[in-house]
Amino acid sequence: MNKPVLQRHLKLSRRDFIVASAAIAGGGLALGMNVPFARAEGTPEGASQVNLWVAIKPDDTCVIRVARSEMGQGTLTGLAQLVAEELECDWSKVTTEGVTPGQNLASKRAWGEMGTGGSRGIRTSQDYVRKGGAAARIMLVQAAANQWSVPVGELTVSKGIITHAASSRTLRYGEVAAAAAKLTPPDAKEIKLKDPKTWTIAGKPLRRLDTADKLDGSKVFAIDLTLPGMLCAAIKDCPVYGGKLRSYDESKVLGMPGVKKVVRVKETAVAVVADTWWRAKKALDVLPIVWDEGENATKSSATIAEMLKEGLTATATNGERMNGDALKAIAEAPKKIEAVYATPFLAHAPLEMMNCTVKLSADRADAWVPTQNLEASLAALSEVSGIPLDKCEIHRHDLGGGFGRRGGTQDYVHQATEIAKSFPDTPIKLIWTREEDQAHDFYRPISQCKLSAGLDNVGNLVGLHVRVSGQSINAIANPNAIVNGKDMRQLQGYYDTPGDAQLGYDVPNLLIDYVMRNSHVPVGPWRGVNTNQNAVYMECFMEEVARAAGKDSLEFRRALMKEHPKHLAVLNAVAEKAGWGKPLPEGVHRGLAQFMGYGSYSAAVAEVSVSPQGKLKVHRMVLGVNSGHAVNPGQIEAQVQGSVAFGLTATMYGDMPVAKGRMTALNFDTYEIMRLAEMPKVETVIVPTYDFWGGIGEPTICVVAPSVMNAIFAATGKPVRSLPLKNVKLV
Amino acid sequence: MAKLNINGTVRDVSAEADTPLLWVIREHVGLTGTKYGCGIAQCGACSVHFNGEVQRSCQIPFGQITESDVIVTIEGLSSDRSHPVQKAWAAVDVPQCGYCQSGQIMAAAALLKHNPKPTDKDIDEAMTNICRCGTYQRIREAVHMAANGGGAGTTGQGG
Repeated sequence: MNKPVLQRHLKLSRRDFIVASAAIAGGGLALGMNVPFARAEGTPEGASQVNLWVAIKPDDTCVIRVARSEMGQGTLTGLAQLVAEELECDWSKVTTEGVTPGQNLASKRAWGEMGTGGSRGIRTSQDYVRKGGAAARIMLVQAAANQWSVPVGELTVSKGIITHAASSRTLRYGEVAAAAAKLTPPDAKEIKLKDPKTWTIAGKPLRRLDTADKLDGSKVFAIDLTLPGMLCAAIKDCPVYGGKLRSYDESKVLGMPGVKKVVRVKETAVAVVADTWWRAKKALDVLPIVWDEGENATKSSATIAEMLKEGLTATATNGERMNGDALKAIAEAPKKIEAVYATPFLAHAPLEMMNCTVKLSADRADAWVPTQNLEASLAALSEVSGIPLDKCEIHRHDLGGGFGRRGGTQDYVHQATEIAKSFPDTPIKLIWTREEDQAHDFYRPISQCKLSAGLDNVGNLVGLHVRVSGQSINAIANPNAIVNGKDMRQLQGYYDTPGDAQLGYDVPNLLIDYVMRNSHVPVGPWRGVNTNQNAVYMECFMEEVARAAGKDSLEFRRALMKEHPKHLAVLNAVAEKAGWGKPLPEGVHRGLAQFMGYGSYSAAVAEVSVSPQGKLKVHRMVLGVNSGHAVNPGQIEAQVQGSVAFGLTATMYGDMPVAKGRMTALNFDTYEIMRLAEMPKVETVIVPTYDFWGGIGEPTICVVAPSVMNAIFAATGKPVRSLPLKNVKLV
Repeated sequence: MAKLNINGTVRDVSAEADTPLLWVIREHVGLTGTKYGCGIAQCGACSVHFNGEVQRSCQIPFGQITESDVIVTIEGLSSDRSHPVQKAWAAVDVPQCGYCQSGQIMAAAALLKHNPKPTDKDIDEAMTNICRCGTYQRIREAVHMAANGGGAGTTGQGG
């Protein structure tokens, strides 16, 4: 019964697959996979595959299959908890095994979506993985009933032990798994899932399943891979986007130790291949290279800022939401407030550099990749190598950080495959330097925002206009999503539509519009994506308006949130936990913010002090989140703490200036990352309402910056309107 | 060719004199728990114990190392994850992606060796490695736990 049923080659063309993968990468092809019961390729060794998600070994080990990528966000453990909850197995006997994209493809994509981004890992697969666990339980119990010839209704199951109380007999899952695997799966529609309030495995702060090998250096990240005969490559791409590689003089390096070859990589890059990566990198450092930098070499932060500034008053727009007549209401209001904000480009800087190992043979392509989108990696490998998809495979490695960098964009897989073409049957491991990574990212989009508000005589907000001028992610990653020039993605968090990234305020006259202004620098999703900038603009300006109205920041917001009870509930929970309104130690000041993204509601209160010299200290942060369900509160807490570190790093230090067309903060000496000493005490308030499924990896980052900025405003009396803070004189 | 004392074993290693110890460890010795994160001594992912002190191995050229230098990498910290820091890391469920954690653990182990009961301020000063996932709060908690002899239990509920 362990034989894969689907042996034939799929008819799906490479192009179809690439299109499908691209659609996933672009953010949102919901496959609606609801087939937890099909047989599939690839059974864990020594186990009986009960269904797609569950395989059980004779010793009762439950191997739970995971299709999504793990990059630290804890999805692997959360998904296993959901399956195990319905499976009723012994959690101490759970292990996981990743599904490869080749297995998924050969099984008609039975495991569904593999892409891991947009905080979707759990919320868009929870239904079918839970049903997978439940279906496996039903089959295991049925197998026991068959063996004992008793009605299934007389059996109970707990922690992987099936009991027939009437005859005092028990069977372990491991004893019936082989028989269960032969049974006809139950009808998916007949499966009743548990009420999450009765969960005993899911919903609990269990420790992660993937910690042990992170403690002793034995975990093999893709960058650590060694294969027989492997060579290593170091690469330099033209430092100016849009520029090209003109020439290089390989004679200067070919005699260096270990160097095998110098390879042109497409039109823009050159790589040195050597027996070790350090030797390749050393040779690349001294390789004479002539770039044709092209017209973009004249661009700079100043020219880009000028372009964005023009967009703040441009008449043609690229997407808006409105109600009432905001411009008229503001013009007629007795009190007007106006401000312009700005946020910079940011690099992702995952600590594991971009890397990819590729081995190409005449009729076979293999790659070992840290990727947030295994199927997009497979498509890239196939596309560049010319080898059909069903002869390609991506070998899974957990990522040393992702943060959105390794999703739809598979630039490093393209490069490694291109280089490997010059070395048939030889594994080629491409590793970027940190400098290359910083110089060739898909950055968080740069933008400016002009906000105008009108207050009536008693300080009520009567009109609000928010104009965002900035770069578009869709213009790079998913142009098809821009319809009739409208690109609503850049207004994430400002939507009227409930459920995903809805603005939590009602303003009688509201206009929010976006003007697309694209520079030559490519942009992409950066953990939290556009909620980050948009929360800064909205929530810091809200603070300015509240103060202009002479009102308390919390009360002013509450008055606008009456129709948004879920937004309000999280804000209230955080305010209560933080002790909003209560006295603080001398010199300490509070700021708050609330926002929504990835289907979850977030709020934060920051406590900061600013020294007379303008030095900031963030003492304490209270963050609240309602993600609907809370699959692992311990991991939610970890993600919230991580989000504070990620968000504070951006707030205090994150800046990627452009000079002579190129990015200039190329390592951690200039692209500073917050250290432990600056980490505030973080308190996490988890307030699930059990009526929807929201994300966790990203939603709370966006409230970090504005709550801190608003606390600085409270401390200094001066609003902060641009980031990072290292470039701002606070006093 | 030189003799290198790593994790209690003396090996013959051949590399160019300017090769950083980090890459000697990773590519010549074949121990990959020590990570490359920046190459300029900023991130600490390459931290090892060099003659008992925590050092960033990307800054130590192979040519300056002698046989009398004692090098310990994450693989040599214990044979079975039983070092108090490793146990505390497991108990507190510190790692997220895990890429920086070899360096963090080596830094914490060195701190506790010299200062068995560090204050928060001591931890601030000693634990300067970058964690991009932001596990700092749990790192602090785990260092305190290791200092207090905790971390024995590695089953049950974390969080």
